[in-house]
Amino acid sequence: MNQSEFLNIVTPFKDKVFRLAKRLLVSREEAEDATQEVLIKLWKNKAKIKDYKNVEAFSMTMTKNFCFDKLKSKQAQNLKIVHSNYQDHSVSLQKEVELNDSLDWVGKIMETLPEQQKMVVQLRDIEQYDFKEIAIMLDMNETAIRVALSRARKTIREKLTNTHNYGVK
Amino acid sequence: MVLNNIENLLEKYENGETSLKEEQQLKDYFSQETVAPHLEMYKPMFNYFSVSQKEQFTKQLPLKTSKGFNFKRLSVAAVAVLMLSIYVFKPNNLGETTITDAEKVEINNAKEALAIMSKHFNQGTAQVGYLGVINEAGTQVDYLKEITNPMDRLFKR
Repeated sequence: MNQSEFLNIVTPFKDKVFRLAKRLLVSREEAEDATQEVLIKLWKNKAKIKDYKNVEAFSMTMTKNFCFDKLKSKQAQNLKIVHSNYQDHSVSLQKEVELNDSLDWVGKIMETLPEQQKMVVQLRDIEQYDFKEIAIMLDMNETAIRVALSRARKTIREKLTNTHNYGVK
Repeated sequence: MVLNNIENLLEKYENGETSLKEEQQLKDYFSQETVAPHLEMYKPMFNYFSVSQKEQFTKQLPLKTSKGFNFKRLSVAAVAVLMLSIYVFKPNNLGETTITDAEKVEINNAKEALAIMSKHFNQGTAQVGYLGVINEAGTQVDYLKEITNPMDRLFKR
C-alpha cells in the first residue's frame, strides 16, 4: 500500500477522528497531536488494514483509547488541560454574535458532561453514526447508548433552558 | 401541525429514540430564522451540532515509509563496522611480520656466526678440562687434615 492509497482510506474519517479527540481533550493542539498519532499508528500497521472489518470504527476506538490514556496521564501529573482556543474557527464563521455566544455555551455545557455521554453525543448528534456503529466503537450495547444519549440530551436542554430563562448569555 | 410534529419528535429525541432521519428533520427545523418561542432553547443546541460537524483536521501528516533513513539502524551498523575493523586490523600490528628473502639470508648468516662462536667456545672449555685433575688431587690430599687432629690432641686445646 502506498501513501495515496492510504490517504484514500483515511481521508473520509480523519476529521471525525479529530473532532472526537477534540471533544475529549478540549484543546485543539492536543486533538491535532492525538489525530496525528492515531493516523500514524494506522500507517505503521498498514499491512494489517485489509484484515480490519471496519477501519473507521477501529480508528474511532483507537482514538477513544488514546485520548483516555492522555487524560489519565494528565490527571496523574496533576496538570490541567490548557485550552486557550475557546474561539473556535468554525464556530466564528457564524456571523451573528448572539448565536455565536449561545453556541459557545453549548460547547461549555458539553464539557461538563461525563466522558461517556460526551462521546455518545459526539458520535450520534454530530457525526450521525447509527447505534450499531457506535456500539462497536465504544464497546457498549445499544440500550446503554440510548440511555447515555437521553441523559446527555436532557442535561444540555435543561442547562440551556436555565440560561435562556435567566437571560444569562 | 408542523409544530406538533416537532414537539413529538423532540420528546422522542430526548428519550434517545429518534432515527437519524428524524434528527435531521429537527436540525433542519431549528436552522430556520424563527422557531416557536417556547422551543427557542433548542436552537443553539442543534445549530451547535451542525456547526461542529464542519470542523476539519488541517494538520499535515508526516508519513514516512519504513525504508527511509533510520538513525537507530545507522548507529547499530556504525558500531558493528567499528568493532569489525578493530578486530580485523589490530592483529596486524602485533602478529607475525612477513619475512622477506633478504632478511632470511641475514638471519641465516647470524645463525652461522653464532654456531661458529659456540663451537670455538666448546673447544676452549674442553682444553681447560685438565683443571679437573687439580680437584681430584685436592681430595686425595684430604688425609693431611688427619694430621691436624693428633696435633690438637697433643696440645690439648
